[in-house]
Amino acid sequence: MSKGTNKASNALNELRDMDELANGNSLVHELHPLVKLLVTIAYIYCVVSFSKYNLTGLFIMLIYPVLVFEFAGIKISTCFYKLRLVLPLVLMVGIFNPIFEGKAGLISMITLMMKGTFSLMASFIMVATTPIDGLCAALRKIHVPSILVTLLLLTYRYISVLVREVAIMTDAYKLRAPKQKGIAMKAWGSFLGQLLLRSMDKASELYNSMQLRAFKGEFYYASQRKLNARDLVFLVGCIACFVCARVFNITELLGGLFV
Amino acid sequence: MHMADALLSPAVATTMYAASAIAAGTSIIKVNKEKDSIKIPTMAVTAALVFAGQMINYTIPGTGSSGHICGGMLLTSLLGPQAGFLSMIVILAIQCLFFADGGLLALGANVWNMAFYGCFVGYYLIWKPIMKSKMSSKLKLILAPILGCVLTLQLGAFSVVLETSLSGITDLPFGTFVAIMQPIHLAIGLVEGLVTSAILLFISEARPELIKDFKPQTAWNCADGAEKAKSEGKLSFKSTIAVLAVVAIVIGGGCSLLASGNPDGLEWSLFGNAESGYSQNMGLDEDDYGVQSDAADKAQGIQDKLAFLPDYAFKNSDSVAGTTTSGLVGIAIVAAIIVVVSFIPKLIKKKEVNEQGDQQGK
Repeated sequence: MSKGTNKASNALNELRDMDELANGNSLVHELHPLVKLLVTIAYIYCVVSFSKYNLTGLFIMLIYPVLVFEFAGIKISTCFYKLRLVLPLVLMVGIFNPIFEGKAGLISMITLMMKGTFSLMASFIMVATTPIDGLCAALRKIHVPSILVTLLLLTYRYISVLVREVAIMTDAYKLRAPKQKGIAMKAWGSFLGQLLLRSMDKASELYNSMQLRAFKGEFYYASQRKLNARDLVFLVGCIACFVCARVFNITELLGGLFV
Repeated sequence: MHMADALLSPAVATTMYAASAIAAGTSIIKVNKEKDSIKIPTMAVTAALVFAGQMINYTIPGTGSSGHICGGMLLTSLLGPQAGFLSMIVILAIQCLFFADGGLLALGANVWNMAFYGCFVGYYLIWKPIMKSKMSSKLKLILAPILGCVLTLQLGAFSVVLETSLSGITDLPFGTFVAIMQPIHLAIGLVEGLVTSAILLFISEARPELIKDFKPQTAWNCADGAEKAKSEGKLSFKSTIAVLAVVAIVIGGGCSLLASGNPDGLEWSLFGNAESGYSQNMGLDEDDYGVQSDAADKAQGIQDKLAFLPDYAFKNSDSVAGTTTSGLVGIAIVAAIIVVVSFIPKLIKKKEVNEQGDQQGK
């Protein structure tokens, strides 16, 4: 399968890459998933709440993702390479601000782009250091309903199966219909429809096999390790730092020392 | 239509999370009540299928371009509104987590814009009435997905504009933003509706029982009266009116905004005077998000007097636009700190490696 031509096989590669990253070994990987989830949410919340003209104050928030990336042993360029398709959309957010607001708009545009990029980096590093099982167990811990978590885990597992199938189907279609952009109209229904029919059979097989293994609508997670001191220090420390950075304009204060 | 984190203020993001959580809560109660444990694997597989289906590009005849589906309406038509909504949440969460399609903080808003309208509004307003009507089954399966997709995408696109405007993020005027978003999503909705109806028509021939509320015309059904069979082929008066009304709402709602191009009336009624900061009128002025008039005024004043970075920073130390001297110096210092700090983990690792090497050496 040639890389770059088939959307489905690209998505498959992405998922596998993320899985490999998440199963790595580093200080960040060792942190409790729940702590990582909470810190990430706090970070994004903090970043987004900066005023749109507070460029200097926001800048200090870059330290967190940079440090975590380094501690996780993941290159920041990996994040930007993986998100290369999404990033332009994120950067487009404030693109009209300079037009409507002139030069102050330029600042708000840059601030918005920074907000978007920082939030992306933070959520990327969380997912890239936490396997999905850990994430789901963490979601259960904060009382996200079990049906949603079970659904998330099952869907995630099944996505790779069905995306692979779609990749094969589109490749086969492309070989039979060269130089054609996408699926022709007369095959619109039958293309996904065929897969849908097969998937429904698959779903009932899955259900049967789960029944045989005593599935009653909920997964039981192997006992997760408890929160330890390091987790708590990370959680409290990070949130305290975020709040400080949000309340005081540390960049400006630092600059003030020298000016 | 996936919104990024930077598009929303925390207040709007939290509100949308709450709204979506309520919808999810009621859906969970409903799905749990059914006590149908086969439903969970079916929901998961269907969600995975829709996710995979988004990777397929469909050629749009006569344009040379291609589009893909989002799948809200397809999920609803297969699983029903509540289960469809939950599956859609899961799809959006996976897109957000693993593909950075939509932000983590914006997930609540994305669920609302794409899943809530697609599943609940699409089902109760369009799907159910059309399935109950006396149209021919083929017509039902063409009309319901197309109307559903167009309407729900219009609502979703409008919500995106509303949420962004309430957050005070973009300076794009409300009317212009609406005029950009709605027609684009009209086209997208139409294509999505056509593809969805093609898929459903295919399914209806092979496994009609998979489609929610759908009763196909078979020789069996029609046996109870030739008259009924005849009437099923035609549109009844009532359903015609209903369909026309829905079409009128969609076209009227979507296009009147476009046609006027300057929807001042709406803007005025919703936000009061935009210049005095419309978020204030919506009671969202607690912090400094929103089109905050102080900052905007100051910035305007600066803009009138001074050029961008260099002069301003030295003449006026008021840090409204973050371009003060100390601010700039601060940025340089923080950048230096970040570079230095990013070496710490490497140093720690090296030390560990060295220590291990030493131990092995001994």
